[in-house]
Amino acid sequence: MTVSNRAADSSSSAPFQFPYIPNTPDEQAAMLATLGVASIDELFQDIPEEFRNPPLDLPQPMSELEVQKELDGLASRNRALASGPSFLGAGCYNHFIPAIVKALMTRGEFLTAYTPYQAEASQGTLQVIYEFQTLISHLYGMEVANAGMYDGATSLAEGVLMACRVTRRSRVAVADTLSPFYRQVIGTYCQAQGIEIQSVSPSPSPALDGETACLVVQYPNFYGYIEDLAGLTEAAHAQGALIVVSADPMAMGMFQPPGHYGADIVTGEGQPLGIPPSYGGPYVGLFSTKQEYIRQMPSRLSGRTLDNQGRTGYVLTLQTREQHIRRERATSNICTNEALYALAATIYLAALGKQGLQSVAELCYQKAHYAAARIAQLPGYTLPIQGTFFQEFVVQCPVPPNSINRRLLEQNILGGLDLNEAYSNVPPSEGGTTGGSPSQPAGDFTNAMLLCVTEMNSRQEIDALVEALSEFSR
Amino acid sequence: MSPDDRKYSKEHEWVKMEDATQALAGITVYAQDQLGDIVYVDLPKTGATIRFMEKMGEVESVKAVSDLFSPITGEVTEVNERLLDHPELVNEDPLGEGWMMRVTVSDAAELDQLMSAEEYEAFLSGLS
Amino acid sequence: MTGGGNRDTTKLLMERSVPGRVGAVLPQPDVPAQPLPDPSLLRTALDLPEVSEPEIVQYFTALSQRNFSIDTHFYPLGSCTMKYNPKINDEVSFLPGLAGIHPLQPPESAQGALELLYRLQGFLAEITGLPGVGLSTLAGAHGELAGMLMMRAYHLARGDTNRRQVLIPDSAHGTNPASAAMAGFDVVTVASDDQGNVDLKALHELVGPNLAGVMITLPSTLGLFDTGIVEVCQTVHQAGGLVYGDGANMNALLGRVKLGPLGFDVVHLNLHKTFSTPHGGGGPGAGPVCVTDSLIPHLPAPVVTQSSGDGAPVYGLAAPERTIGKLSGFHGNFGVLVRAFTYILTLGGEGLRAISGNAVLNANYLMDALKDTYYLPYDRRCMHEAVFSADWQKARGASGLEIVKRLLDYGFHAPTLYFPLIVHEALMIEPTESETRETLDAFIQALRDIDREVTENPELVRGAPHTTPVSRLDEATAARQPDLRWRAAG
Repeated sequence: MTVSNRAADSSSSAPFQFPYIPNTPDEQAAMLATLGVASIDELFQDIPEEFRNPPLDLPQPMSELEVQKELDGLASRNRALASGPSFLGAGCYNHFIPAIVKALMTRGEFLTAYTPYQAEASQGTLQVIYEFQTLISHLYGMEVANAGMYDGATSLAEGVLMACRVTRRSRVAVADTLSPFYRQVIGTYCQAQGIEIQSVSPSPSPALDGETACLVVQYPNFYGYIEDLAGLTEAAHAQGALIVVSADPMAMGMFQPPGHYGADIVTGEGQPLGIPPSYGGPYVGLFSTKQEYIRQMPSRLSGRTLDNQGRTGYVLTLQTREQHIRRERATSNICTNEALYALAATIYLAALGKQGLQSVAELCYQKAHYAAARIAQLPGYTLPIQGTFFQEFVVQCPVPPNSINRRLLEQNILGGLDLNEAYSNVPPSEGGTTGGSPSQPAGDFTNAMLLCVTEMNSRQEIDALVEALSEFSR
Repeated sequence: MSPDDRKYSKEHEWVKMEDATQALAGITVYAQDQLGDIVYVDLPKTGATIRFMEKMGEVESVKAVSDLFSPITGEVTEVNERLLDHPELVNEDPLGEGWMMRVTVSDAAELDQLMSAEEYEAFLSGLS
Repeated sequence: MTGGGNRDTTKLLMERSVPGRVGAVLPQPDVPAQPLPDPSLLRTALDLPEVSEPEIVQYFTALSQRNFSIDTHFYPLGSCTMKYNPKINDEVSFLPGLAGIHPLQPPESAQGALELLYRLQGFLAEITGLPGVGLSTLAGAHGELAGMLMMRAYHLARGDTNRRQVLIPDSAHGTNPASAAMAGFDVVTVASDDQGNVDLKALHELVGPNLAGVMITLPSTLGLFDTGIVEVCQTVHQAGGLVYGDGANMNALLGRVKLGPLGFDVVHLNLHKTFSTPHGGGGPGAGPVCVTDSLIPHLPAPVVTQSSGDGAPVYGLAAPERTIGKLSGFHGNFGVLVRAFTYILTLGGEGLRAISGNAVLNANYLMDALKDTYYLPYDRRCMHEAVFSADWQKARGASGLEIVKRLLDYGFHAPTLYFPLIVHEALMIEPTESETRETLDAFIQALRDIDREVTENPELVRGAPHTTPVSRLDEATAARQPDLRWRAAG
């Protein structure tokens, strides 16, 4: 460590020892002596002198006490979801997280372990991944799932790339009811691959042809409504195209999974399964498919096998799909994924279990429908979309949603997503692929807000929201 | 040691004429030994045209992928379906049960560009 | 380590399931019953386990005890920088004001979070000497993809459509060519010379009007500082290309050199390596990108902005004017970014220099102590990691694989094996700065003991590991007949 006085006028002249660096000056000197080198600086002689040891304009080091205060201060300037009624969803959901999720996932043996390349030293991680693969397969009604992707958006984008590989086609039809955020990410991933992206309306029937690699659908869709997966799967397969479904895992506690309808690739956002909102990440992307496509799947897979003494064990398998072996011919460049959050989701699914997940899904459904029914009765508010919804729905408001939301926030209520703002904030994509234009909302909504109600919202909170919304009634 | 009823390529494949137009092809004992435990073989489809010394497929072991280069030009008439479920046949019997494909040969004269068994043995001893 | 009851890890969750068992208990509905949808839409079968909370805790605790981890073992994996993960970083990431905020809530309700991100952008810009920073990329490879898409966008924006080639050293990590391919480039390999540097002669021959750029890891994956790096960057720039830097090995360079002034145009950092965020068994990570002025307009969306009207600064999110687009669902792995921010605050500028100094000291100490026992293909000063070869041991009958497996029996996690590909029987050792000298000495002794065992007791090495929960696994069958999930019997 370098000896540095904290402040010229400090009363202590003790050398400053940095945390997490055990070597004392004496130990450094002894080790340098074994190397026959006079100072640590000498170890950096390979760096050209004119570039070596630049000034580094960074703050002075801080003690843990000071750091804690600094972060407390920053945290206190954010409105946490739990601090008041919150009705925002749109891809990140306010669900209850049982205490055992954090208690178990923060065990050092899980938290600070590396990727399980040395299987004998990583059976804990590998068995957890196998459990995760099992439970996600069950949840989605699919034959096989991988160890996870970065998040729901990138998982969907990789599903699209996989569908293009499998079908050897390069036209992708994206339902216009897909999240605009996910649509953007697909565009970014496809921009250098010669893939054409078209926006299609899922109803009455999507416009596909023999050049279509896949139809991309969200379930429930971005507006919260259940799409006709039976009809859409049939329409895709009739053209020799795959159907790629991005499905909310929480909705799988109530609705038929995409596998039931014959979906080819099912992806999703794992955040609802025991992962805090955390301002957008880290989450875990879910990815599942049919057995016949396993060699085209990205990311890691944990496989069960036997050791040389006949004991059951787990090992990373089918690694020849991955970047460390196939390099530029890999199914994906993904290396680090979100293993810790796959663990969190596995613990959550175990803790909720069959009964629990069904109960949570039902609570979300019931409360959302109660809220929607009450809001629909307010003068000036309508529900413009017909159909079955799960935990989110669109409300047409008498005035622009952002003015409503500002007023709600003053009452410590977090309102829903202003849909006009969400779509207008889509940046034009770069790079020259056709079909790169931002998606348009699927309907002609004016002053539309996307509201989400989960098991975290009590009846009192919902009634308070309705009360606050009524202020704008006309 | 390599049987002289067939010819060999520098990429360690063999071609054996079964009659005037049909040939059998696969990889050599040396090749499978270099690859280790083979877990998957990716071969052309029946009916596909393959060309001399062009990449036609892949062989995967646990930790590596190797390209397969066609030792002959022609049309694939049959692929060894057993390799799908039993890729280890290529390790156990690469010259027999581990055959990979049957080909209708376009130009049998191409075989003159390949090595005889003797030449292949010499080639192998030249490798480190 | 198996055991009785719930500690028996041979039983999976679905096999422990007993109908009627309950884990978490939920509240009753407090709203009037609402009409249900068409029954044909509703799920009829849900195969999830029914287990109680105490069982879950015993099972997962037993599983955790079958892992090696930084908290339990010395973990000298080269190129992974397995340094201590400070607990305070985790603690603050759990604060409700940081863990409990929604990415789409109005910016005015998340000013603390946005300020944190803005300041982190500034820290990373200062550390790399590259002024533009994007924090939304979720892992190193994700950052690489962003960097290569930016390289592509840069050339296309200048009307230069022919630059399709990217040069990558033969020693590069596999994600480099994989990311370049995803960005639509053709990958051409450039050789390393016998000092482990990029072969300048080969480079000069390969650059031309079709060159989009190069991807360079510095120090290289051999743990060596490329003494010709300035010429590499100049050569590429003169040919009209850009230089991408893989910052995975940044632990060696903190405070010692800035990559921007050396000539790099775009760099990614691995926060889960250099900046101590926990690996979690394979992730999460974060791979922010740092760029020169000319690439700032192309950064992935969003970036964090600061506007100071009169009074306090106001923070927000914005899409750069010619962005390559969104690469993630929201703004980045915020929970990981919080940990890295906290780490940088704790260490400060002086502390970052102490990190690189001690990381390099520890690696050279190990290298010097072991080079009589294990072959050192590049006998020159290393940086934060040293690459050995097990060739001498191979000649006596034990491979690199067997040696690292035997290290597990000695209570050390293995170093990185068989990477980089250009070294035969490669063993890459990275101690990091957070290990004590006693640990390093014990590790040195273990490797010397194993080397002796190769001659005196070869079976111990060949059949290793012997003390782990499982020994060598049948990977061939796992790949030939993949068993990727539990299935009900029958």
